[in-house]
Amino acid sequence: MKTVEEIRAAIEAAVPGAGVTIVPNPGPAAQHSLLLAKETAVAVAKFLHNDPELAFDFCSNVTGVDWLDKEIAEKVKVTKTVTRTVDGVEQQAEETVEETRKHVEPGHLEVVYHLYSMAKKHGPLVVRMRTGNRTDQVELPSFTPIWRGAEFQEREVFDLYGIVFTGHPDLRRILMWDEFKDHPMRKDYVEPDDFEYEPTAHDAVLKRAQEHKGKGIGNRE
Amino acid sequence: MSVVETKTERAEGWNRPPQPAPEGEGELLEIAMGPHHPSTHGVFRMDVVLDGERVMKLKPVFGYLHRNHEQLGETMSYLAIMPYTDRLDYFCSLSNNWGYALAVEKLAGQEAPERAQYLRVILAELTRIQNHASSIGFLLQEMGASGTPLMYAFREREKILDLFESLTGSRMMCNYMRFGGCRVGVNDAWLNATRKVVAGLPKFVDEFEALLTGNEILMARTQGVGVLKPELAVNASITGPMLRASGVDYDIRKVDRYGIYDRFQFRVPLGDHGDIYDRYMVRVLEMRESIHILEQALKDVPGGPVMDPKAKIRGFRPKPGEAYARIEAPKGELGFYVISDGSPNPYRYRVRPPSMINLTVLEDMCLGHNVADVVLIFGSVDIVLGEVDR
Amino acid sequence: MLGEGIIKGMLETAKNFAGSYVSKERLTTVQYPEEREALPEASRNFPILIYDGPEWEAGLRCVACQICEKECPPKCILIEKSADKKPDAVGKPQFYPTRFDIDIAVCMSCQICVEVCPFEAIKMDKEFELATDDRFGGLLHDRHQLAKSNEYYHQIHPVEAAEVDARLAEERAAAAAKSKAAAEAAAAKAAAAKAGAEKPAPPAGGGA
Repeated sequence: MKTVEEIRAAIEAAVPGAGVTIVPNPGPAAQHSLLLAKETAVAVAKFLHNDPELAFDFCSNVTGVDWLDKEIAEKVKVTKTVTRTVDGVEQQAEETVEETRKHVEPGHLEVVYHLYSMAKKHGPLVVRMRTGNRTDQVELPSFTPIWRGAEFQEREVFDLYGIVFTGHPDLRRILMWDEFKDHPMRKDYVEPDDFEYEPTAHDAVLKRAQEHKGKGIGNRE
Repeated sequence: MSVVETKTERAEGWNRPPQPAPEGEGELLEIAMGPHHPSTHGVFRMDVVLDGERVMKLKPVFGYLHRNHEQLGETMSYLAIMPYTDRLDYFCSLSNNWGYALAVEKLAGQEAPERAQYLRVILAELTRIQNHASSIGFLLQEMGASGTPLMYAFREREKILDLFESLTGSRMMCNYMRFGGCRVGVNDAWLNATRKVVAGLPKFVDEFEALLTGNEILMARTQGVGVLKPELAVNASITGPMLRASGVDYDIRKVDRYGIYDRFQFRVPLGDHGDIYDRYMVRVLEMRESIHILEQALKDVPGGPVMDPKAKIRGFRPKPGEAYARIEAPKGELGFYVISDGSPNPYRYRVRPPSMINLTVLEDMCLGHNVADVVLIFGSVDIVLGEVDR
Repeated sequence: MLGEGIIKGMLETAKNFAGSYVSKERLTTVQYPEEREALPEASRNFPILIYDGPEWEAGLRCVACQICEKECPPKCILIEKSADKKPDAVGKPQFYPTRFDIDIAVCMSCQICVEVCPFEAIKMDKEFELATDDRFGGLLHDRHQLAKSNEYYHQIHPVEAAEVDARLAEERAAAAAKSKAAAEAAAAKAAAAKAGAEKPAPPAGGGA
């Protein structure tokens, strides 16, 4: 199979302006991935599926990942003009202070596809797409019209993460029941504390249930 | 039981077959098959719309056994997830263990020593034999054979489970593979007991086939029923015996050559028609090929350690990165995708469940068939709800 | 001939049925609970704590390091460490657990606690007839219920127990040898210091 750089070159040749970037994968596994742009993703996917040399006809795995908003604190050296009184005389002096500046890098949701080829027996090619943010820009194009195998898996990503796949023929919840609210696999999901009916004897679960239902429950004390 | 009008809602390029036209007049019947049902292999529901006995529409509904396995994986260390992988496809716990160990070994750049690799192949093939035998047994049970082939299969399965218990300590929840090898080593006594069991397996498969393969009732009920075309199978990400019964030559043991499978000679059985009978025959033939692999593997198990000496049990922190590894589990392609951020717990842990993805084409295969065939087609997909719902 | 396959199948069943009167291999049912099959040695069910010697509280090997509590996947172990120390089998003062609860309704018999224990204190039992009708607390085993003697451990896992005993004896011998060597070195140092004190001091003003 071609390397990720060669595949990227092939995509850029076939779909001009595709905006595909390589996301390196540190660590020994070295499974580098391609980050697709939302607008051109379907065209790129069609090319990957139909190209006779690449022939990625088997979409093996569709995963959702949640990247939270990250607060980044960096120390910056800032030069400021300060008025100081020296020997009774006011003077202007320049001072270099170290300041801690915090900014919030917005999080996003991500969907990762692992593509293989049954015709050519090669793979995997890892392809990713990222949403704008975690709150209102959560739409991504669906690959189900190209690979039918993504149907249930994209439904699962919608159910558990909240990514809305435009173009999916039947997007509804799959593992949770239809009236469920919220998306459970997100990192900031807090489960309601009355879920555990008979809590087990360990610390946080028992405490939460007791706060909710009173000291009587739990199998000790 | 409510009555609905069927609507055709198909998107462009959707690759779905046209809905059969209802015969006669009257209204259509919508019934829920399951979740309390003796033939649904667990808690699984199918909403079928019927015209008399024929299926017009079928929607699978699952999630009743969802135990948020992937979310639990984010809260505990890599080693602590291993016992939970046993409980995914609870018939084939050693295969699940191997898939997960392979993914983490890829992530951390570890490798298992020779003896451990041989053990892994031996245990995986024993698992495959007992899984296929049980699956055929359950299929026949749903056909009305009221347990006879099932008990034959379970009699052999007991011998294999006794081997698992004497090695790993538990019949089904084995928790045996580790990152870098296997938990405990084997002695010659266990290997000789395994050789004895494997020597008795060809006779068992012969008996099984004599009981079933030429049976006219089986052939009448399964030939031509639940046909799956190869192009649809590839596009719908079907893997495992279902894919090979449709004629597509794709076995991950031959394609990826993980473990030491490239040292063993074995063939990959393929079907011609893609119906239930082909799936049954592919499973029987795969059992025979597994016996062949076992005979080769048991002949020359090398000595040595079963665990990579540099592997750590506690305080295991792989470097940040991600890895996807897959194996040919008895049900299909079982994949594990792990993202690490350098901490002792994984950042994201995903299981690619073959049973759930093989259910994508359930509706396609069942349209136009009778309700009784739906039960058989569903049985031939061979699912385990623990894996579908995780 | 029509029906040939069915007849072939029925012959198989008949062979099995008739054979079950003649060969032991075909009669596979074990009449539990009157007959019980012996469990293989490696079989595991729920954990137990091992103690050496006749008294369970004094001889408990566990030193409340809480490693098993941290590594347990379903978090079914609860340990409370003591404030004081008591001497262990070698005589070294160690902490001990004042509370060691395992909730066997949660325990999934994965055996990770056994793998990570550095003191060979927790092992797996084979007992499975533990059903009780006490819903709240009947399945919560405290340290008295969990404590089993080393002789019991030898009974259920003979090969493993022999290996564990050999390993522990080796560790104790090494520890004893080390302390002996340390004592000898300290004694030698003390003797040298004493000899140095007895030597006459160099004459004052020798060089003046």
